[in-house]
Amino acid sequence: MSSKGDTSVPLLEGRDLGKAYGRAHGRTEALRGASLRLDAGEILAVTGTSGSGKSTLLHCLAGIVRPDTGAVSYRGERLDQLPEKRLSELRRTEFGVVFQFGQLIPELTALDNVALPLLLAGVSRAQAHTRAGEWLERFGVRGQSELRPGEMSGGQAQRTALARALVTGPKAVFADEPTGALDSLASEQVMTALVHTARESGTAILLVTHDTQVAAYADRELRMADGAVAGAEVTA
Amino acid sequence: MSTRHILLGLLAGGPSHGYDLKRRHDDRFPQARPLAYGQVYTTLQRLVRDGLAEVDGTDSDGGPERTKYRATDEGARELAEWARQIAPPAPFVANEIFAKVVVSILAGGDPDAYLRAQRAAHMARMRELTAVKTAPGADLATVLSADYALNHLDADLRWMTTTAARLTTLTAEVDSA
Ligand SMILES: Nc1ncnc2c1ncn2[C@@H]1O[C@H](COP(=O)(O)OP(=O)(O)OP(=O)(O)O)[C@@H](O)[C@H]1O
Ligand SMILES: [Mg+2]
Repeated sequence: MSSKGDTSVPLLEGRDLGKAYGRAHGRTEALRGASLRLDAGEILAVTGTSGSGKSTLLHCLAGIVRPDTGAVSYRGERLDQLPEKRLSELRRTEFGVVFQFGQLIPELTALDNVALPLLLAGVSRAQAHTRAGEWLERFGVRGQSELRPGEMSGGQAQRTALARALVTGPKAVFADEPTGALDSLASEQVMTALVHTARESGTAILLVTHDTQVAAYADRELRMADGAVAGAEVTA
Repeated sequence: MSTRHILLGLLAGGPSHGYDLKRRHDDRFPQARPLAYGQVYTTLQRLVRDGLAEVDGTDSDGGPERTKYRATDEGARELAEWARQIAPPAPFVANEIFAKVVVSILAGGDPDAYLRAQRAAHMARMRELTAVKTAPGADLATVLSADYALNHLDADLRWMTTTAARLTTLTAEVDSA
């Protein structure tokens, strides 16, 4: 729940973000003055029509893309001004990301996929595998540990991706259409697992979705239109 | 909605008195409008009048006497017949949201603002239902009814989103009609 007042430092804040793609002629302004705040432990849904800038906003907030204008602050620190090295370290330790598909490494088993962020963080192989196994268990896919992404169903792959996003104990998870390729029952299982574990560990989630039933898992919904956050925030 | 068939369905599990039927109805259909006791009582009397149910003695349990009812064979046939009949798939569009948007366009109101506010209300209700549905230990009746409501609210929302996007065109059409 977003219980903090507006005076506290948010976990993550984007202010007046602008981002344009392309050259002078075929220029697309993906973001024009988008602002939002995400509090610690909060689950925030970002919805809006196709092309309204949701993914671009998520990429800017997650430090994957640098905005042209405006500021992104993570716990008061200017993310958009960090040198690349520090930024990628922060992404690795504090953030988790889940996309609609394709983010698992096809050559690795589910267990190795989930263990990878821990290995990159210097955790021993044995310990990384133990923890990866526990996270697969939490998402109900321990039985698929030895399967490669191509051998899993969409829902199983998605749960594996969620386990990988959460295994390092991030403060924020960025999920872009995490259930986009799933039917409604699989989508419900993935969302229930995600929300349950996030609440348990106090992880904040920025959830981009066009599916209102998925958005209904969040504490709050923000609507985007034409590269900006439209209308008043709607609280739970 | 056919209260008589729902009561017949509840009676299929064995004889019951009115209060018990009301309680079981509200358990089975948790997100439905609760049945009024008076409505249960009148419906039971009509079922008896039509030969679909009959009195099965009384039951006092130390408290006031209660008349118990059971379904007749004809009642069971009627119930099976009703359960087999398909429901007409939305023959008329008679929805308040739809009506308000059209009227608002006709009267030169602000349908866009209305749609935004309605969306917020729908989303709030969907969050409640999602919480109910995913609460640990939620029973099947609760999950099914929350799903039903969620899917209908979702359909409304999709319609509202499309409508908001179409509003300029729609306004022009209504204006020129
Ligand atoms: N890498 C890119 N190069 C050029 N244009 C881009 C790029 N990424 C996004 N855009 C453009 O920016 C705008 C916003 O795109 P974005 O992907 O943020 O929208 P979205 O809200 O996520 O849409 P969807 O719901 O379809 O995923 C679009 O017009 C898109 O074409
Ligand atoms: Mg997108």
